[in-house]
Amino acid sequence: MKKSFGGPVISLDRADINTDEIIPAKYLTEATKEALTPYCLEDLKLEGFDPKGEKLDNATVIITRENFGCGSSREHAPWVLEVNDIHTVIAESYARIFRQNMFNCGMLAIELPKSDIDQLMLLEKDSAGTMQIDVKLDEQSIKATGSAGEATFSFEISPFDKALVEAGGWVEYADARY
Amino acid sequence: MGQTTAEKIFAAHLRDEPFAGTKVLDLDRVLCHEITTPIAIADLQWREKDRVFDNTKIKAVIDHVTPSKDSKTALQAKMLRDWARRHEIKDFFDVGRNGVCHALFPEKGFIRPGFTAIMGDSHTCTHGAFGAFAAGVGTTDLEVGILKGVCAFREPKTIRVNLTGALSKGVFAKDVILYVIGQLGVNGATDCVIEFHGPVVEAMSMDARMTLCNMAIEAGGTCGICQPDMTTVEYLWSFIQEEFASKEAALEAYQQWCADADADYVKVLDFDVSTLIPQVTYDYKPDCVKSAAELSGTPVDQVYIGTCTNGRIDDLREAAAILKGNTIADTVRGIVSPATPDIFKQALDEGLIQIFMNAGYCVTNPTCGACLGMSNGVLSEGEVCASTSNRNFNGRMGKGGMVHLMSPATAAATSITGVITDARTL
Repeated sequence: MKKSFGGPVISLDRADINTDEIIPAKYLTEATKEALTPYCLEDLKLEGFDPKGEKLDNATVIITRENFGCGSSREHAPWVLEVNDIHTVIAESYARIFRQNMFNCGMLAIELPKSDIDQLMLLEKDSAGTMQIDVKLDEQSIKATGSAGEATFSFEISPFDKALVEAGGWVEYADARY
Repeated sequence: MGQTTAEKIFAAHLRDEPFAGTKVLDLDRVLCHEITTPIAIADLQWREKDRVFDNTKIKAVIDHVTPSKDSKTALQAKMLRDWARRHEIKDFFDVGRNGVCHALFPEKGFIRPGFTAIMGDSHTCTHGAFGAFAAGVGTTDLEVGILKGVCAFREPKTIRVNLTGALSKGVFAKDVILYVIGQLGVNGATDCVIEFHGPVVEAMSMDARMTLCNMAIEAGGTCGICQPDMTTVEYLWSFIQEEFASKEAALEAYQQWCADADADYVKVLDFDVSTLIPQVTYDYKPDCVKSAAELSGTPVDQVYIGTCTNGRIDDLREAAAILKGNTIADTVRGIVSPATPDIFKQALDEGLIQIFMNAGYCVTNPTCGACLGMSNGVLSEGEVCASTSNRNFNGRMGKGGMVHLMSPATAAATSITGVITDARTL
């Protein structure tokens, strides 16, 4: 089933956030995705970030820098985002496995150039936590709206990744085709 | 225009190209362990599709936490075990016969030049040492692999790394790959395969080549690939002698997978490693690399020798050569985990285990355990570990712990002095 995208934002202004930080290995013994819920971004090393804070709790969109999701292949990383209703990540770039895992789960890993991410992060900061992202997958555009203003950006997505998101994930897609 | 090794393997395994740039490949191997597979199994059951595409091409092992440490890990092991029995997966390795996946599966001869393989484990890139295309994937890719025997990839781009000169005494494959990652950066090879060439690679054993390819992912690479040669054939010979009339015939067949001289690379890097000295990481990213000399004197609480990077027999020999006749510092806990039962037995036969134990090391069964802070050597807040593993992320070996990556020789020397030490200075 196709997921919903967009909503309130949390900005993680650091490059190379790895999947051990998103979900530490000690939780990989859980047998369900739902059991991961309380541990989202628990080991993230970032000044001022609180994994138990209201900001993360409210967010459904992450904005971040280069090479997001590097390291371990654990799909528990997108899952812990998914069970916390975060279906959209917007970053300068991704590690390959994490990016594929996002699309395989029918979630969105949007890539934007550094200048766009700079602008988004500035708007988020100036809007004092009120910024929302609206995703238009068909038009391949996102609109950011906050108390400090609004901005629209277009993004590229490969037709395959788009098909996975439309299908609701790779299992559905592959099962229908192979 | 010629082809790279990955391009040749892709062309030979192409099942479908649903969109330009997306290649769906047939898989020769789907490798499974107990951490990332059970949720795929549970999902297949929930979908009423509890089937496997080919039980001879699926190999499974319990390796991350073994023997099970609690009820949760016991359940993960049971789910994998029951599934393997249900589908008559012959090559399933349980307690006593199990070892670290990326050491065990090559040792069993499961990986051959030209093969495609996936596993729900990022260090699957290790198997490229055999001239194969092997990639780490998530649980959903693994699930589709188990069910359909296919996996989708973007068109591969290849970075060629030429390693020239000769390694000086006391410098190893681990030092080379740490140096290369330091040069490439942690995302320098994202969406790329790294092909290793040159006399330094040609002179390496398969153990050393696996160390090299194991860490391709730490530069973001999809797979590290070495060119199949007589060293590859010799390693595999006991498994392939029925297939080929002679080693020369096997070599000729396998060399079809070698990159063409006029292949197209996105980048070609030349490193003369003749002057390379032992390398160690600092900080929390594997591309933060300095020489052991620069970091010498840094105190450590634990030394860990093992893992899919450096838990093979060459690695244990290298460490034992430094430890022989020495004892470890009072301030240090030494842990060594031979990566497979056969490596363990070989180390016993060669007297290496005796050397480790006489030096004061705890010898554990083969397991991934401490590398990712799951068992058998988890760090406490503020503790520092000198480790032969592949990741120094914040909290990787235990919340609030710090990891310095290094070769088995540097780790052994560090355990003797209690501070980071270039083994050549002992």
